[in-house]
Amino acid sequence: MISVENISKNFGRLKALNGVNLQLSPGRSYALIGPNGSGKTTLIKCILGLVVPTSGDILFDGKSTLGDWRYRERIGYMPQIGRYPENMRIGQLIDMMKNIRKPTQDTDEELIEAFGLDRMMDKRMHALSGGTRQKVSAALAFLFDAPVLILDEPTAGLDPVSVEILKEKVLREKRLGRLIVISSHILSDLEDLTSDVIYMYEGKIQFDDTIEALKRDTNESKLSKAIATLVRQRELIHSVID
Amino acid sequence: MTRIVRYIFIDILRTRFTMLYTLFLLVSTFALFHLDSDPGKVVLSLLNVVLMVVPLVSIVFTTIHFFNSYEFIELMLAQPVARRVVFLGEYMAVAFSLCSAFLVGAGVPLLMFGGGPGAWTLLFSGLMLTLVFVSLAFLSSVLTRDKAKAIGIALLFWFYFSLIYDGLLLWIIYSFADYPLEKVTLALIAFNPVDLARIVMLLQLDISALMGYTGAFYKNFFGSNSGILFSAGILVIWVLTPLWIALRVFTRKDL
Amino acid sequence: MTRPARLAGVVVIALWCAQTEAATLRVGKEEAIQSIRKAIDIAQPGDTILITGGVYREGNLRIEKPLVLLGINDPILDGERKYELLTIASSDVTVAGIVFRNTGRASMHDLAAVKLLNVSRVTVRDNRFEDVFFGIYLSGSSHSHICNNTLQATPGNEQDTGNGIHAWKSHNITIDSNVVRGHRDGIYFEFVTSSRIRYNTSEGNIRYGLHFMFSHDNEYRHNMFVRNGAGVAVMYTRGVHMINNTFGDNWGSAAYGLLLKDIRDSEVVGNKFVRNSAGIFMEGSSRITFRENSFTSNGYAIRLQASCDNNTFERNNFSSNTFDIVTNGSLVLNTIRNNYWDRYEGYDLDRDNTGDVPYRPVSMYSMIVERMPVAVLLWRSFLVFLLDRAERAMPAMTPVNLEDNAPSMKPHDLG
Repeated sequence: MISVENISKNFGRLKALNGVNLQLSPGRSYALIGPNGSGKTTLIKCILGLVVPTSGDILFDGKSTLGDWRYRERIGYMPQIGRYPENMRIGQLIDMMKNIRKPTQDTDEELIEAFGLDRMMDKRMHALSGGTRQKVSAALAFLFDAPVLILDEPTAGLDPVSVEILKEKVLREKRLGRLIVISSHILSDLEDLTSDVIYMYEGKIQFDDTIEALKRDTNESKLSKAIATLVRQRELIHSVID
Repeated sequence: MTRIVRYIFIDILRTRFTMLYTLFLLVSTFALFHLDSDPGKVVLSLLNVVLMVVPLVSIVFTTIHFFNSYEFIELMLAQPVARRVVFLGEYMAVAFSLCSAFLVGAGVPLLMFGGGPGAWTLLFSGLMLTLVFVSLAFLSSVLTRDKAKAIGIALLFWFYFSLIYDGLLLWIIYSFADYPLEKVTLALIAFNPVDLARIVMLLQLDISALMGYTGAFYKNFFGSNSGILFSAGILVIWVLTPLWIALRVFTRKDL
Repeated sequence: MTRPARLAGVVVIALWCAQTEAATLRVGKEEAIQSIRKAIDIAQPGDTILITGGVYREGNLRIEKPLVLLGINDPILDGERKYELLTIASSDVTVAGIVFRNTGRASMHDLAAVKLLNVSRVTVRDNRFEDVFFGIYLSGSSHSHICNNTLQATPGNEQDTGNGIHAWKSHNITIDSNVVRGHRDGIYFEFVTSSRIRYNTSEGNIRYGLHFMFSHDNEYRHNMFVRNGAGVAVMYTRGVHMINNTFGDNWGSAAYGLLLKDIRDSEVVGNKFVRNSAGIFMEGSSRITFRENSFTSNGYAIRLQASCDNNTFERNNFSSNTFDIVTNGSLVLNTIRNNYWDRYEGYDLDRDNTGDVPYRPVSMYSMIVERMPVAVLLWRSFLVFLLDRAERAMPAMTPVNLEDNAPSMKPHDLG
């Protein structure tokens, strides 16, 4: 559904992405992991069209996304930091987003209700806690039944109950055949939610396969352990090459 | 786009900064009317506010607002919408809110006490300068990713048009005092929106100052219909040019 | 003069005529005498000719004996754009209550509606002048009164418009309560001395409201000179007394409220200068006292050329002028004291109503503009504000001695 074809992105001398290739298919959910500065956010921004790649192309259903914006109708995005105009009400924000996207079918307000946001539609953004703003971001990402969901650190700042609500929601969407990309540091969250792992390091994809394959390769039964082993293996390889 | 503009507009109107700005204009205009019963003189004093404060507030506020809205702009751009729409929506929302603050703060007392034709020119100049400096603020905002640097560029714009440019102009006049400079200076004035607005105002208010031989030339020019159209046209160009450059940068920019 | 007053005048003159047994002749369409020319012909010296309403087209009429010409019901003398109307070549003539219209226009001859040629004791009063070339023209005349006349011309260009009240080589003239509009110069004097000009209004004339030269010891009181093309210009004269006049709304690159050129030993007192490009422009003038004048909303209140000396400016009010005083040199030979300046920012600790620090009416920016006129473009810019502040703190360019050492804290009450 989304194919990332050999993209590189340079910020000045810094190579944020260096020849990245990826195939993302519907019905699968991907854990995008890697240390800080490994290029995860840049990759997500490239897919969303917020960052223009220095070279390479990103195809969405076979069509290039460069210079296009219509394909984003089919992406729901939850940003890492949700900052909204201070004096805007939750209701106004949701109304504005609906106006921008002009949905053709009914919107999915399940999360709005589950998070109890429907009772605080008149609250202004500056009056909300960081967690509540995160709930708003999540609700917005799922609002339009988008076939692709990109969640950047979705659980950061959420209380345990809300994390569970969100996880349930992700699983339901996964069963509906959505393509889901989750970037997170909290590996335990990812274990239940994702089917594939994309590990990035210094702007390159180091590992891209199913979780089963990763566990098999590393002889570990838990995702977190498996990744730790993977990282050590890679570091070992790098040190040998260097 | 209208709903983007409307909600952001409402949001900005409710910020403390906008309210303080409106209040400042209201208080100073009312105070001037109380200190001086001659509306012509009040308009003249307000001219300083329009030429100094309005551009400064417009450019600094807009730059800060842009960077405070950075994440929100990102979120909007992740939606199926052209960057142009988001950018122009932000521009209009900021421009409308600062214009309304100015209209309420300066316009309401002026129309209440009656400032004559000078009042209309003053309001027009104030609105045009607001639009110009909001454009310049968007330009300085898209030129860099660093908020502090952007505010620095914005202040530099303001300082350049308020003071440095006039210094250069005086230096040119001094250096080429032996040559006929009327037409040259007329062209040079067009390169500074603050000067242009000032001279359009002066010809309304302080006409006698420009009554020497040279002044008569400018008065004939700016006083004629074509001169008024010229000034208004140049000011519009001053609104559109930085905005257009900023838009071009923004549509290609990495966020 | 009001209508009853005018009637009273007629009665008085009629009584006087009866006493001296002078005859009264009536001219009119329904009268025995139908032409003014004939009446003048048959009249004896001292007779009165009453001209009744109607239009008279009789070309040029010449009066060579003492007569009184009185119009009744506004008779009109029409010059058909060809003739001078009334030439007075005898002393002791009175002309009143007549409408003069459409004189000829000529570039070689100063055709006038009423011309006084080398005469004395002539009175021209209560007449109306409509679209005449020269209105009232005095040449070599004396002890005459020109009062209560209204002159209105349609302003054309300078060549085919004459002066309203024009006097040449005359003395002891009184010009009182006339209104002149739309002429070239409203009031023009050359070699006119010992005369009084009072309560006149000279407005909207093409060139000067008042223009004189070589006209010594005249007195100008309570006149209004407004909206004239170039204001008022007076030259080469001594002993001018200008008191309580108003000079206003004289706009333009070469317009002055009052231009003084080579004027000496004179006084300018109690006048109002309002909304002129330059309130007073003076050069080559000395020993003039400027006292208790008010200068309001002028471009330049006073432009003082360096060629002026020994002038005194005291107890004047300066307010809302773009520039108070501008000069082109460093002059120390004029006295400026105890004026009110609205820009004065000093203090008065000893409470004697005069400021404790001197006021320096010449701003740095005005000096810049004086040298580089194009710099007017920077007026009211932030740069100019800073320059003037800096100059006030550390004078470098402005003449140091040109200052008011005892500026008044409050405007003088000038009525």
